[in-house]
Amino acid sequence: MEMIAPEDQRTAQSAATAKSEDALLDISLGPHHPSTHGVFRMDVVLDGERVVKLKPVFGYLHRNHEKIAESVSYLASMPYTDRLDYMCSLTNNWAYALTVEKLAGIQVPERAEYIRVITAELTRLQNHASTIGFLMQEMGASGTPLMYAFREREIILDLFESLTGSRMMSNYMRFGGCRVDLPYGWLKQTEKVVAEFPRFLDEFERLLSSNEILLARTQGVGVLSKKLAIQGGITGPMLRASGVNYDIRKVDKYGIYDRFDFRVPIGEHGDVYDRFMIRLLEMRESLKILTQALRDITAGPIMDTKTKIRGFRPKAGEAYGRIESPKGELGFFLISDGSPQPYRYRVRPPSLINLTVLEDMCLGASVADTVVIFGTVDIVLGEVDR
Amino acid sequence: MDPELKNELSRQGIFTTTLEELYNWGRKSSVWPLTFGLACCAIEMIATTMARYDLARFGAEIFRPSPRQADLMIVAGTVTKKMAPQVVRLYNQMPEPKYVIAMGACAISGGPFKQGYNVLKGIDRYIPVDVHIPGCPPRPEALMDAFITLQKKIATQHLTGVDRPRHLNPDAPSEFIVPEFGAHDLEPPKNLKLWHITSNSSPKIPSTADNNEPGKD
Repeated sequence: MEMIAPEDQRTAQSAATAKSEDALLDISLGPHHPSTHGVFRMDVVLDGERVVKLKPVFGYLHRNHEKIAESVSYLASMPYTDRLDYMCSLTNNWAYALTVEKLAGIQVPERAEYIRVITAELTRLQNHASTIGFLMQEMGASGTPLMYAFREREIILDLFESLTGSRMMSNYMRFGGCRVDLPYGWLKQTEKVVAEFPRFLDEFERLLSSNEILLARTQGVGVLSKKLAIQGGITGPMLRASGVNYDIRKVDKYGIYDRFDFRVPIGEHGDVYDRFMIRLLEMRESLKILTQALRDITAGPIMDTKTKIRGFRPKAGEAYGRIESPKGELGFFLISDGSPQPYRYRVRPPSLINLTVLEDMCLGASVADTVVIFGTVDIVLGEVDR
Repeated sequence: MDPELKNELSRQGIFTTTLEELYNWGRKSSVWPLTFGLACCAIEMIATTMARYDLARFGAEIFRPSPRQADLMIVAGTVTKKMAPQVVRLYNQMPEPKYVIAMGACAISGGPFKQGYNVLKGIDRYIPVDVHIPGCPPRPEALMDAFITLQKKIATQHLTGVDRPRHLNPDAPSEFIVPEFGAHDLEPPKNLKLWHITSNSSPKIPSTADNNEPGKD
């Protein structure tokens, strides 16, 4: 008789149980589920505790963003872009403004470019901090890391509020510049925030990155291979955690990103731990960019004076603009037919496309790990469903 | 009880209260909200519970993931037609006494997405709302204000009489119709027992009694 190693025996057993339909359990995680970031549903087929099949169900927050945008003027879509990825409204604004500027051939003054970089990097800081906080919450570290993250987030939101008038929904960028100039003392305050932020990062890293429970829960969990990441069109921190050096700030050098000296952190294993660490490291790089931008910002106009705000009608044509939003490649595709409304308005949301590999990462994982893997994808439902 | 006598007694170190006051005080001081975020407003709701705004000061720090353990549903965000049945079902699963705060423009009326084909034009079409807070999204202070308003409402509820709250009235319903997808839209498009405004007549302003007993017409 052949001896079967215990490991093989277990696999053989689970394969046998997987065959009989009765042993499998269909459960629906969501749309009301404490771990899903908003109203997202996963139809999961379980064999005991292991995930055999996972089907994401979208559409619970489909708010007709694209259809509404095709019936209003170009500028009127700007406030709607705030509500796409509602954690980072300023990067959404920038992606849309960039696309329209490409479509209509508008030049942006230098000071406005600097303001855009500063606000976008601040957005990245608060997004990554909250993402890690939410991830820890899902891992069972209830409260503390999220509280720390939101403490810093509030400080950055104060800056946004004094600049744009709103904590979350900024509606700040315009085609050819920015809506208002920086208020008095804003740069000084931002410098102070940027100077103090590394202390929070040190605290966060000391608290989390070598924590034994966190290591056990994250290392080797939810591995996304380099090949699949590229084939799936994954972008942002998720792609870089899998070891692909691709950052649109470096590739496209949109805006004035070619002037700044910063590195792109790359992961090695593509597991949950790498995706967590990438975000911590990216925050440090963002701080580098912020320090340089705050040092180099010049005086000057913030709006291109030639751009018409009323009766804005770009020439017929099409344009695709993209930026590196905190979640990945955020792109807008616009087709103009010369009328005040876009003929076609399409968003390329990073969250939705990053979600497409969720099943591949979760197969074989336990339910508790599924929640953690899902947390590192960093989705915002406003952007997934639009 | 005569207020003067009550004052006199409290000066003597004797604390008197009524069962109603004690009951309402206990309820209003430990309202447990449901962990239930729909869209953008949910982030502000989370921010309200965090260190700076600290909703725990008002006895509401415990967000319960299960509707069976929650007293308060904060409808934070856009309710789409795909999500509306689930929202009503969750509300039905909550035990009485239960309250609803409609947070933000979308939950009140559809907000900026009102013209969309998939957006419900206000959650008060299906479930009774106690407090509406406007804003897109409302600031954490606004949510706290809504919360205090709700506490005031709970504190003044009578345990007996015609204006007693719904959970003490056996005739008042505690569950509401869960809409379903019909041929074109949600069926029914609104719960007529809750929705007082009809298009062909002048809008009737609901009285306070209606608010307390939303199912009773």
